[in-house]
Amino acid sequence: MNRWLLHPAAKPLVFLLAGVPLAWLVGATLANALGPNPAEALIRRSGDWALRLLCLTLAITPLREALGWTALPRLRRVLGLYAFAYACVHFLSYAWLDMGLAIDDIARDVAKRPFILVGMLTLLTLLPLAATSFNRAIRALGPSRWKALHRLVYATAGLALLHFFWMRAGKNDFAEWSIHAAVIAVLLGWRGWRAWRRRPSARPVARQHSGTGDLDHGNAGDSPRVRGEASTARRA
Amino acid sequence: MHFHPDRGHRHKITSEITPASVYLDRRRWLLAAGLAGTGGLSALEAASAATAPSLAPLPGAKSTVPGALTMDKATDRGDATSYNNFYEFGTDKSDPARHAHTLKTRPWTVAVEGEVRKPKVFDLAELLKLAPMEERVYRLRCVEGWSMVIPWVGWSLSELIRRVEPTGNAKFIEFYTLADRAQMPGLRSMVLDWPYIEGLRMDEAMHPLTLMAFGQYGEVLPNQGGAPMRLVVPWKYGFKSGKSIVKIRFVEKQPVSSWQKAASQEYGFYANVNPKVDHPRWSQATERRIGDDGGIFAKRRPTLMFNGYEPQVGQLYAGMDLARQY
Repeated sequence: MNRWLLHPAAKPLVFLLAGVPLAWLVGATLANALGPNPAEALIRRSGDWALRLLCLTLAITPLREALGWTALPRLRRVLGLYAFAYACVHFLSYAWLDMGLAIDDIARDVAKRPFILVGMLTLLTLLPLAATSFNRAIRALGPSRWKALHRLVYATAGLALLHFFWMRAGKNDFAEWSIHAAVIAVLLGWRGWRAWRRRPSARPVARQHSGTGDLDHGNAGDSPRVRGEASTARRA
Repeated sequence: MHFHPDRGHRHKITSEITPASVYLDRRRWLLAAGLAGTGGLSALEAASAATAPSLAPLPGAKSTVPGALTMDKATDRGDATSYNNFYEFGTDKSDPARHAHTLKTRPWTVAVEGEVRKPKVFDLAELLKLAPMEERVYRLRCVEGWSMVIPWVGWSLSELIRRVEPTGNAKFIEFYTLADRAQMPGLRSMVLDWPYIEGLRMDEAMHPLTLMAFGQYGEVLPNQGGAPMRLVVPWKYGFKSGKSIVKIRFVEKQPVSSWQKAASQEYGFYANVNPKVDHPRWSQATERRIGDDGGIFAKRRPTLMFNGYEPQVGQLYAGMDLARQY
């Protein structure tokens, strides 16, 4: 598996795959093929894909450790940036199609409705992550600060779930929400469990188990100069 | 036929009403373009809208009830039969069109009971002949913020109410939708406490605009539209208009509707269309008219008080605080 992940085509392939829904949404929008209520369809589907990409991004570290796919993290940045891109499409389609790009209407909507406010906060948490996603930003911040900043993604996940929950609460329909909530609960719960296992008091035992975890081959495709720093940084 | 003078009504010029064949052709062209443009990925959606099967004709004479014939352009039949809320068949808008074929609409009986002198179980055949069928073109405003214009076929509910002779205790009417797990896959979901129950105050139920519908677009109702018989209350949000009705019960106390039971802070008993009273999660000031020119970029329309039926029904709510009794 690692050989596949390290293949030069792996990243471009993931880039193309994660972009398929975006290309579909754009194509269907231009062709007026989003069904009877195209604006609602675009807003909802872009939101769905933002959440799915967020789940995939959060799944990288647990999968790497569970399956030993040490090269998996090299695919994380592209997935995370796609989550941000879908979230931007989600916000822009709301702002344009629902609100007619009227800034005062949007501001009033944000102030009045917790559901919208939480959606906006979710997007805001993604901004610094996207803005510091390139290698020079990692170097400039230093790995530990970069890592601490990128833990903000856990807040993103919680806020996104709350936003989705509130939206579905209007119709008392939590089937899809429950699936996403379960996935995110497992992914974040795993991190909590790992942190607890590695707490200082448990260190002598944890050291032995986490031996491979510290040796990150995940950035083999990245610039060699940032490799060492980024490898620790990317563990968040 | 008479039209009320324009009192808060949107009367459009006649040329805006596009013949069905023309808009269906236009739609087909757009769908074809959609298919080409997205490499066939939208085939599923295109197919669902374009291949709505034709149903048995059910003609109706143009209604003479004031306000019953809006001049707004009727919604594309394909849109009206593929974009539905009918949770008994699933919560997605496309679920009813996909799953409602399992609904058996014959034989069908409707029990009319409660505070009436002549309770009776009506057979569908009797109901179809109970009063002359009328065509009524109503605006339909969903609480979710979208709207359509549907040419319904049916008769005023008051025709039925008069025949069963309500007693003095009859203050409200409850409408029960069929709840049969064998026919309705959506009943497995816990979204609502089945059966679906809606209610009206007696004067609302007696209003001539309150329609018992058996058809739309000159045909019998499609299953996903609430066949074989549904309520249509055009000045209230769509969820007040129960579909596939099997029981009508006259009661003394104000009923608790299914949506009130599920989320009382969001859905009131009256549920009158009101641009000034927002849903907690979104504004009700504007609406998106399905099929408006401009497609995805069509501007939202302002929502009208009582969905534009204020001249006809406003007096029913005189003196009520509509912000509190929403």
